[in-house]
Amino acid sequence: MTDTVERKSAPETISRVVVRFAGDSGDGMQLTGDRFTTASAMFGNDLSTLPDFPAEIRAPAGTVNGVSSFQVHISDHDITTPGDASSVLVAMNPAALMADIGRLEQGGLLIVNRDSFVERDLLKVGYESNPLDDGSLANYRVVEVPMTSLTIEATASLGVKPRTAERSKNFFALGMISWLFSRPRESTLDWIKSRFTDELVRNANTAAFNAGFHFGETTELFDHPYQVEPAHMPPGEYTNITGNTALAWGLVAAGQLAKLPVFLGSYPITPASDILHELSKSKNFGVRTVQAEDEIAAAGMALGAAFAGHLGVTATSGPGLALKSETLSLAVSLELPMLLIDIQRGGPSTGLPTKTEAADLNIAMFGRHAEAPLPIVAAYGPSHCFHAAIEAARIALKYRTPVILLSDGYIANGSEPWLLPDVDSLPDISVNFQTEFNHVTADGTDVYWPYLRDPETLARPWAIPGTPGLMHRVGGLEKQDGTGDIDYTPANHEKMVLLRAAKIAGIASDIPLAEIVGDADADVCILGWGSTWAAIDAAVQRTRRRGHKIAWIHLVHLSPLPLNLGELLRTFKKVIVPELNLGQLCRIVRAEYLVDAQVVSKVQGLPFTSIELEDALGAALSVFDENKSEIEPKTINGVA
Amino acid sequence: MTDTAVSLTTKKDWTSDQEVRWCPGCGDYGILLAVQMLMPELGVKPENTVFVSGIGCSSRFPYYMNTYGMHGIHGRAPAIATGVAVARPDLDVWVVTGDGDALSIGGNHLIHALRRNVNLTILLFNNRIYGLTKGQYSPTSELGKVTKSTPMGSIDHPFNPLALALGAEASFVARTHDLDRKHMMETFRAAHAHRGSSFIEILQNCNVFNDGAFDEVTGRKNREEMMIDLHHGEPIRFGENGHAGVVMGEDGQLRIVEVAEIGIDAILKHDAHRNDPSLAFALARLGADDSATSSSTWTPIPFGVFRDVVRADYGSMVGAQLAEASTKKGPGDLRKLLQSAGTWQVS
Repeated sequence: MTDTVERKSAPETISRVVVRFAGDSGDGMQLTGDRFTTASAMFGNDLSTLPDFPAEIRAPAGTVNGVSSFQVHISDHDITTPGDASSVLVAMNPAALMADIGRLEQGGLLIVNRDSFVERDLLKVGYESNPLDDGSLANYRVVEVPMTSLTIEATASLGVKPRTAERSKNFFALGMISWLFSRPRESTLDWIKSRFTDELVRNANTAAFNAGFHFGETTELFDHPYQVEPAHMPPGEYTNITGNTALAWGLVAAGQLAKLPVFLGSYPITPASDILHELSKSKNFGVRTVQAEDEIAAAGMALGAAFAGHLGVTATSGPGLALKSETLSLAVSLELPMLLIDIQRGGPSTGLPTKTEAADLNIAMFGRHAEAPLPIVAAYGPSHCFHAAIEAARIALKYRTPVILLSDGYIANGSEPWLLPDVDSLPDISVNFQTEFNHVTADGTDVYWPYLRDPETLARPWAIPGTPGLMHRVGGLEKQDGTGDIDYTPANHEKMVLLRAAKIAGIASDIPLAEIVGDADADVCILGWGSTWAAIDAAVQRTRRRGHKIAWIHLVHLSPLPLNLGELLRTFKKVIVPELNLGQLCRIVRAEYLVDAQVVSKVQGLPFTSIELEDALGAALSVFDENKSEIEPKTINGVA
Repeated sequence: MTDTAVSLTTKKDWTSDQEVRWCPGCGDYGILLAVQMLMPELGVKPENTVFVSGIGCSSRFPYYMNTYGMHGIHGRAPAIATGVAVARPDLDVWVVTGDGDALSIGGNHLIHALRRNVNLTILLFNNRIYGLTKGQYSPTSELGKVTKSTPMGSIDHPFNPLALALGAEASFVARTHDLDRKHMMETFRAAHAHRGSSFIEILQNCNVFNDGAFDEVTGRKNREEMMIDLHHGEPIRFGENGHAGVVMGEDGQLRIVEVAEIGIDAILKHDAHRNDPSLAFALARLGADDSATSSSTWTPIPFGVFRDVVRADYGSMVGAQLAEASTKKGPGDLRKLLQSAGTWQVS
């Protein structure tokens, strides 16, 4: 399809833009945002997204509680965050305006669906006067578009009833924004064609999308379109990926690389369910998924599958992790490989199911009864989830231990372009099952001792059912080192506790050393883990561009910690630790290394903005400039 | 592997080197012996057999079997065993559990394993007491039961394990008891032959904390008049010379009658293969109200196979979906998977 209408003027080239789509939960804002993202990705921009939606599937229409938003940052250069404030806000109703106007930068472009700014909708959210008329939006460039009525008009000839037609208004908005940012139309039109099987719906969405596109082109409301050129990215084949999809694919890959079937036991929980969905589509890889009756069963099934020789996995979020704690302890005692994936969300309890937080480090590290250490791996970005899953599986299989892999709602649902890895370059993580006797008793009998350890890794052998001669029993009761027989004697128990701890601690020599990004001779070091990576990256880059020295260490392995971490941290005058919790890693490094680390904390269900961390760095550098910050980061331990 | 080789196992091949640690006189010994004696007859191999248990006296069972085994978490054996059986449909997976383990802390896992029809043989040792924790009432203890935690008598209405299993529409449901090795072996053999979840309640005596709990029914002197043996296709009769029988009244209620009074034709014929589980449920409820109320007011109860119907087992269905997916999409190709959401080239 080609555009026949002449453009008003050539697009203005800008280097980056942050667009936020906001509407009712039922308005299809996630779909709209996702589609705009994909079109931009395929155009070649770098990007980062932040879906932000309520826990309620359909909160009462038109209320602030029901607002669902999708923010996307597109750029012609390398970016890592979804942007701090948006420069364009599309507000489908007064509730969306009220919820998100604070996230639009001063002078930003505000596009509203004028049809929804009627008394009933305004009153519903408590606007006493119409903000479109009362001058309260004077600091923004406001464009009022009657999106609902234009959509109804555009689809009328198709025989679509107005109530049905109204549902296509998100495609009108998408078309308009696609024109505004000079996105090619073809990929979206193709996508509509394949996505909607109902002909009437498909035609209505197509008509609405085209109408929105032409509306942008022909009306006087916009001066001119914008163009964000493709980013200069390393050559290769790219896809746009969310963290949860990358994680699920990482598990499929881990199974292939380990030459083991993958078994996922999982119970539906936000924001982890997509891993269950994605793996359920991977049956042709031999991946078995069971939607268990509860979180405990899900973990138990994964452990049973591990005993039977599969790569046993269970995926959950914080409340589910709490329920699986007893199974993890058994897995520690049985010394069987197993993966627990925790997509962290705001808590405690049900908390903020759809909002992000990274406050499960404590429970991951310490949340089991007795001495039950296990390795913890944390993914730091959407595409990194792929590699983190493989790494977690590698450790679990090699050391015969449960491993917790931490991700969070932000990277789970957020997306970015991903340069596809060369499949052949992925590590071999295959395991050897025990198939022969491994010990000769005093009387000369060949036997299998299930707890006879590899002297180097301290891992025990893994003999799976079906192997003749190696029948053995494992259980939660304390085992004698070597034979694995039940043994309650004092010295043996202490020996086993120490052996289990030494096995996990020893993994430190099998993971990369901590590396400093930036200036090794800086006074200030920023220590990060997990999804804070993106905001730290942007803040560190900007601070260094302003001429300051900053060192940055980002941890992927949280248990055990890299061998050189203490030594590195002690070389800095100040260590600051940004965390989406009240300082869980900070407390660990203080205890572990006696380093005076200070936390920069945020627990709003949102990721850090780069400005917040830039300010924290500024404060640490004692060159804090008040004018740079809109929001003062909440800190404890007196950083700011 | 040949049949000759398979049949060469003896009881010794199924016995581990571990010292059995149950209390002397415990009913568990009889069950262990029955299983160890049966295994060589089943034509299966120890290395292809897995025993999974929870926590409790009965759950020590796997340690004594020379097979693969896991002593798991309180209540979670059906879940762990589901993982084993779904991952490896080639294995014989047995679950050993007790009334506290299966019906209290693990009630959820039990009913879901049964409804899914996972290929498991579940042996529930019912002794109506918590033994390992030294004598608290269990979910099958009768009303009024005086224990350490119920000094004034239990006010918890008990579960009827068979009725619960049938409520979950388990495809194989049976009852046996620890004093009759032959009956146990027959019942376990039938359970093992059934593909899917087999659930067997074994009335088991805890001679330390609940001695004689089933004496009124299974005691040698009482058996003949108190145990109703179920045989598929035969009229349900019991007692000396089969003088008593079970009939269904006009109100749908099952009742025990004198055969001589009512005539043999009126006696209910047992049909274990009936797809509708309600008749099996009614049989499971026979006498249940009496035994629930007090351990000393038993009326006759049925033994044997209550229900044995054919239904696809979960692991086979999982396997069939994997095969179907492979046929439709071709075997998994990682490179193609990574490209599946659409890609673009940057040069």
